[in-house]
Amino acid sequence: MKAGGGDGLLKRRGLEILLTAPSLIWMGLFFALPTFLVFLIAFRPADPWGGVGDGFTLESWARLGNPAYPLIFWRTLWLSAATTVICLVLAVPVAYWLARLDRGLRRWMLILVILPFWTNFLIRIFAWKTLLHPEGYVKELLLFFGFSDAQAQLLYNPWAVLIVLVYSYLPFAILPLYAAAEKFDFSLVEAAWDLGAGRLRAFWSVFVPGISKGLLTAFLIVFVPALGSYAIPDIIGGTSSEMIGNRIAQRVFTDRNLPHASALSALLALAVLLPMVAYLVQLGREQRRLRKEGGAE
Amino acid sequence: MAALLFLYLPIIVLVIQSFNTARYGGSWQGFTLDWYRQLAGNAPIQRATVNTLIVASVSTFFSLVLGTLAAWVLHRYKGGLQRLHYLLVYAPLVIPDILMGMSLLLLFVQAGIPLGRGTIIIAHTTFCFSYVTLVLIGRLQDFDDNLIDAALDLGARWPTIITRILLPLLGPGLAAGALLAFTLSVDDFVITFLVAGPGSTTLPVHVYGMMKFGSPALVNALSVLFMAATFAIVLTSQLLPKEKS
Repeated sequence: MKAGGGDGLLKRRGLEILLTAPSLIWMGLFFALPTFLVFLIAFRPADPWGGVGDGFTLESWARLGNPAYPLIFWRTLWLSAATTVICLVLAVPVAYWLARLDRGLRRWMLILVILPFWTNFLIRIFAWKTLLHPEGYVKELLLFFGFSDAQAQLLYNPWAVLIVLVYSYLPFAILPLYAAAEKFDFSLVEAAWDLGAGRLRAFWSVFVPGISKGLLTAFLIVFVPALGSYAIPDIIGGTSSEMIGNRIAQRVFTDRNLPHASALSALLALAVLLPMVAYLVQLGREQRRLRKEGGAE
Repeated sequence: MAALLFLYLPIIVLVIQSFNTARYGGSWQGFTLDWYRQLAGNAPIQRATVNTLIVASVSTFFSLVLGTLAAWVLHRYKGGLQRLHYLLVYAPLVIPDILMGMSLLLLFVQAGIPLGRGTIIIAHTTFCFSYVTLVLIGRLQDFDDNLIDAALDLGARWPTIITRILLPLLGPGLAAGALLAFTLSVDDFVITFLVAGPGSTTLPVHVYGMMKFGSPALVNALSVLFMAATFAIVLTSQLLPKEKS
């Protein structure tokens, strides 16, 4: 790339702005502006026709004090946290196993892991509903082994929601962990074995720290979408397992109160921001550490 | 292996159930193709399918154009403007669907834009665009910039460089990006549900309605067809010859 004189530099700058403009304007208009609107409209009154009135009010925020909400916020948080932990625990061994396969087999195994992720997620949720249905196979199996009585309800409780959340987000956890494991130098694990570390210890003290960046990404892309879950608690959960997402949708579709829905969304947005900032801080720390280690060599 | 079983078990059961005579699943009561036959003559499903394909095609096109340009600019230039650009392009990837749908709904309501196919296309283009950019930036990192500088030094003009160097080399990346955008668009439910208007129902939104109020057996059969189509696309794309490295 040639900068040329000051004239060339100016021309280059102009070209950059021209080429950046379409995507910048699109994202500004359809991403940044709408996000700002969520916060703005949370302070607007609702009008009786399901629209947004003029002026400013704290009414929607005051409504968040409704005693039903803390319970739902808490449930959203623990379900998302539990989903993230279980997904990571399940995905790390899978990533290890995938990365150690030989190339040809690995490619097909990887496709097999990703394939369910390409099926429509509503379909996957519905499949679980069929499985956990009072007349479904899981219930019959549990009855057969005497683990369950005929009255037990497998659907419409937070545990069913948790199972389906884990199921839906597991591929999201496997992929970044596999990407990290693929770059991991497995001779380090073998070195640990040679030095007398047990298999478990080598796995835990050498492999797991070696894929820390993948763990971080997996945490972010499971936890954040889980916080905003809507369809899973809606189809599997019922009223006793609602999450924030369900309440947002109810405010939009059932009582058509957009400012109230905005206040809930704003709260969710703030909740989402926290893990993202944590991710960026941790990533920065990680990179500094890598640079330092690289410099020491 | 246990993880694979966990991933596939519900899908296998779904496929089996779609051939089961029993209306509400449960025990096996005999083989039938009745559910598939009922689907064939279902006009709302056909309308929703056509609408889904139109939305996906248009959104894929727009997101491919925007995404290619964005990836190229992000790859070629560095600096303050690009940091902002990067942030705006990547943020939608980590925002929960419900937030994105909600914020777009507010925008459309405030701007007085009637909800319908147009608003769905805008929403889909926005999230597909980020994924296309992600895929293409990955491809551009493997790309040798010296090729372009060499072509420029030899007197080639940009139109020639784009058609003779960039497009052929980025072809597989563009195809992968388009496939991803198309699938994401066809699959999306939450965002579409929020910004869809009367008469612009897409297949997932229609399926959701059937899950809540319709016959489960019919949903099973429709799901199997839907899955078969996606699997066919994914497998074909995997079997396509890979880019030579």
